[in-house]
Amino acid sequence: MFKRSILPVLAVLGVIIALWYATCIPMNAAWTIQQLERSGETMTTTEHIVDSWSQERPRLPAPHQVAAELWDTTVMKSVTSKKSLVYHGWITLSATLLGFGIGTTLGVLLAIGIVHSRTMDMSVMPWAIVSQTIPIIAIAPMIIVVLYSVGVQGLLPKAVISAYLSFFPVVVGMVKGLRSPDAMQLDLLRTYSASNAQRLWLLRLPASVPYLFASLKIGVAASLVGAIVGELPTGAVRGLGARLLAGSYYGQTVQIWSALFAAAILAAGLVILVGLIERMTLRKMGERP
Amino acid sequence: MIYIVGALILWAMGWGLNARLANGPHAKRRTVQIAVPVIFGVTILLIWELIVRGLSVPLVILPPPSMIAATFGQSLPILWADFVQTFVKGALSGFFIGGLAAFLLAIVVDRYDFLRRGLLPVGNFMAALPIVGTAPILVMWFGFDWQSKAAVVVVMVFFPILVNTVAGLRDTSDMQRDLMRTYGASYGQTLFKLRLPAAMPFIFNGLKIATTLALVGAIVAEFFGSPTLGMGFRISTSVGQLALDMVWAEIVVAALAGSFFYGAIALIEKGVTFWHPSQRT
Repeated sequence: MFKRSILPVLAVLGVIIALWYATCIPMNAAWTIQQLERSGETMTTTEHIVDSWSQERPRLPAPHQVAAELWDTTVMKSVTSKKSLVYHGWITLSATLLGFGIGTTLGVLLAIGIVHSRTMDMSVMPWAIVSQTIPIIAIAPMIIVVLYSVGVQGLLPKAVISAYLSFFPVVVGMVKGLRSPDAMQLDLLRTYSASNAQRLWLLRLPASVPYLFASLKIGVAASLVGAIVGELPTGAVRGLGARLLAGSYYGQTVQIWSALFAAAILAAGLVILVGLIERMTLRKMGERP
Repeated sequence: MIYIVGALILWAMGWGLNARLANGPHAKRRTVQIAVPVIFGVTILLIWELIVRGLSVPLVILPPPSMIAATFGQSLPILWADFVQTFVKGALSGFFIGGLAAFLLAIVVDRYDFLRRGLLPVGNFMAALPIVGTAPILVMWFGFDWQSKAAVVVVMVFFPILVNTVAGLRDTSDMQRDLMRTYGASYGQTLFKLRLPAAMPFIFNGLKIATTLALVGAIVAEFFGSPTLGMGFRISTSVGQLALDMVWAEIVVAALAGSFFYGAIALIEKGVTFWHPSQRT
């Protein structure tokens, strides 16, 4: 187990971190050399390398600087402080979860409609598929501004974008899932003279659960991206997207990287959480490994 | 009021027509299958127009489709320049560089089992992360012009293509590989004659996912700084000026570019993987 799967991953991660440290040296050296020329001092090679890993505003911060900043802004700050990443992360997370909930609910409802009505299937389904090929995120700035001008602001506009992004993967996945029972199973329910509602509850919905979770994993990652991008265009002051934007305005590279890692950790956590719920649900439903 | 009533009647008519077509005897015909979604789309556009006029919705909330079309027609030169800047220079070049790099790395990874075990979980993990977030860093490194957008696109398309190509290269059965061995085929021959062709459906799946990501990356990267043209730049500045008709025109461009890009890849796929069951009808 260790030798076959964990060791290779650790080796690859080790190489990535080593490469990262190595890249820091040429990326950050230019600034040091400039400073030295101005002051007329000189440095040995070792001093150069150490300096490139400990600048205050490096072009590429070293891994330990990012880790220190992450530690500093999560554990060391109180969660209500505006400098705490937990605070900003929560703002983004709450918009993500609200939007994800709305998007998933609407997606499941539309999928049920599509499976039960041929008209709806033929009218709506092609558009749901086409909509996956277009960069929906382009409308994020407009949604924010339009909702702002009708007086809605704060959490909801970002949640709308998140909902929109998680909506279509769920529709497409759920339609596939609700259609997954084969003709024999549907016929069996017909011989029981099951009603439409019974067929939905007893056969189609349980059969669609694996498909639903596959779409939920895509949807939750898309929701987080939506919430982060939703924070960009208005110059929001709270949330992970706002931290990215503020960092890029003021050249605070360490802040950008720590916000980026916070977003990555959040995304990984959400996907893993969905995966755990999936495993528990499938086991409860009687799946054997 | 008359507009609203018109919208309701139109909705009933469009839906009724579609219901008859979809449940009628010719529902399986190709013309009907194209006509139904088109009728639905046109109905939605007309209802949008009527409702915006009927309720006199302010232009800063929702401009009517006719106005968007007019803006689209009037500002074709601007839209074209934005399209070239964002799509041709940013998204396409990044797509090619990222796709090629991922493809080559996938072949190396596939050769060494240790690398595959190590890189694949990392790649899968990276593919789920909000990589758009690297945009501010890359804009800082590569400047405001299209190079930084291409760099964002490279990072975004890299992991889906890598993961799919590696999965595809393993999609041959032992029997097929044994057959190649009995022919005395070298590694290169097995790769080019058996495993790469067998991997094509997977590779194209990755490429199709990457088409949307490429456009998203190029547009979002412009929110962090760009020269005074580009689709993302135009969207964010027009939103600031409350010129929503221009924003919608730009969204139409983005939608068209995305659909055609996807369509082009799907068309190439059809030519390359003509042997695959999913392409035979």
